Amino acid sequence: MVIQIKPEQIKMAKPLGSPTTAEPTHPQDSVLEAEGVSIYYGERPALRDVTLSVRRNSVMAIIGPSGCGKSTLLRCFNRMNDLIRGSHLEGKVLFNGQDIYASNVDPTELRSRIGMVFQKPNPFPKSIFENVAFGLRINGFRGNLRDRVEHALRRAALWDEVSDRLGSSALSLSGGQQQRLCIARALAVEPEVILMDEPASALDPSATYRIEELIDKLKEDYTILIVTHNMQQAARVSDMTVFLLAGEERTGELVEIGPTSQIFTNPRDKRTEDYITGRFG
Amino acid sequence: MISSRERSIGLRQARAQRELRNRKDSAFAIVGLVATLVGIVMLAVLLIDIAQDGLGALSWTFLTSFPSRFPDQAGILSALAGTLWVITLTAAFAFPVGVAAAVYLEEYAARTWFSSIIQTNINNLAGVPSIVYGLLGLGLFVRMLQLERSVLAGGLTMALLVLPIIIIASQEAIRAVPPSFREAAYGLGATKFQTTWLIVFPSALSGILTGTILALSRAIGETAPLITIGALTFIAFLPDGLKSPFTVLPIQIFNWISRPQAAFHEKAAAGIIVLLVVLLAMNAAAILLRNKYQRRVEW
Repeated sequence: MVIQIKPEQIKMAKPLGSPTTAEPTHPQDSVLEAEGVSIYYGERPALRDVTLSVRRNSVMAIIGPSGCGKSTLLRCFNRMNDLIRGSHLEGKVLFNGQDIYASNVDPTELRSRIGMVFQKPNPFPKSIFENVAFGLRINGFRGNLRDRVEHALRRAALWDEVSDRLGSSALSLSGGQQQRLCIARALAVEPEVILMDEPASALDPSATYRIEELIDKLKEDYTILIVTHNMQQAARVSDMTVFLLAGEERTGELVEIGPTSQIFTNPRDKRTEDYITGRFG
Repeated sequence: MISSRERSIGLRQARAQRELRNRKDSAFAIVGLVATLVGIVMLAVLLIDIAQDGLGALSWTFLTSFPSRFPDQAGILSALAGTLWVITLTAAFAFPVGVAAAVYLEEYAARTWFSSIIQTNINNLAGVPSIVYGLLGLGLFVRMLQLERSVLAGGLTMALLVLPIIIIASQEAIRAVPPSFREAAYGLGATKFQTTWLIVFPSALSGILTGTILALSRAIGETAPLITIGALTFIAFLPDGLKSPFTVLPIQIFNWISRPQAAFHEKAAAGIIVLLVVLLAMNAAAILLRNKYQRRVEW
């Protein structure tokens, strides 16, 4: 079952359309685009007609009250919604210009290129080293595992804290460290995009600050989509912000999308203004 | 508006009711204690009775001798060896099949009417009387597959008996693995196979092993199915292969108890002590395994 890939190919193998070699043929060098995306759980639409595009090496924040479909939107970009029985998607989702819901796309390969960090830190009950190495192992990496693990841990600003105890259990780390470990685990497989689902909501303020700092550094090399409940966080870390809102029938819709500074200082929609000023949600 | 006088009457009533509730609480604590002690006391009486009868007959010679028609020479060796053979074979068959079935039902099978029928049937099978499995083993393994009254037929029959228990225990252990582990693995590009065997299975292993060992210790005490498939009651040799005839501890114990001589009854009590020691050893192993893996796997 292990996919045989040569070490150098981990980042090189790009059947979904290579961003480094191919010239961008789509507007503004978008990495991810959603075109009229609606997502259903069974009969119930959770999200209706969302269109947006995410520029390379930028951070896009997805904000909105609970139950407006933020996570659902986030998870359609790496096809995590596929794992939920009875869910289906209408519309198009493009990654580097290619439809990721096309029948010839392997979702597991897609997920190795679009990493994900979850709301609650979820390290495996394995050692720190094995957590980071897991993604490499399952993707058939056969180069210097130690180097790649160290590199990923350094990128996630965790190396200095764990370099002397890589063999101890990941569960011995603090919550904030665990979340950075999860980020390192996602970085180790060299994705292009990282999806973050409220990555700091279970952490204390100082751990949250470190994650935000990290996001700021990571966007030099990665494109980041982050769902957050925290308005200040969205304002601090993101370049673009998209505001979702669910109506009476609990179906989320895109209300407004724009540069973060504009959304927070001069929103065009009354509902956006109400939400960011804390009048509801 | 309620006057303050009315309010104080209400409070007094509430207080009286609270006292009644508290009294009910302590009454139940006593009833519960008695209920708990009934089981413990009975077990203690049983153990003391057996120890009085059997400890005298228990010796190294008893453990290393074959059965005999002279009570002072009779030993339990062939039954002990037979039990170990049967239980090893049972584990060898039932564990892989049971785990594979549990993994399939939890991780792979679509939730359809078909899978719910299978699930219901497995639950029912766990409650089927053991003698029914004996009849099945007799028809299927002894007659149809012509395995004769062999230790292999015994192991296979016992494997059928414990299979539903192992499946259910394993399913519960797999279900207890947090979904966030699966999400994390899928999010890194793992296939279902990789997620299942590299993440879910190791996390569920301690629960699976515990369930398996407890199922096997149930099988160790079973007599009916093995008598049904024709395990012998007098074996003066050790099983030397899968096709060898065999006997097991409970059958040997039963055989001794049904003899008229009092000396054989002491042997039976000693046999029960041996059986209990084997059972306790297996349960201890289950607890050790659980603790060993739980220290590593905490969530």
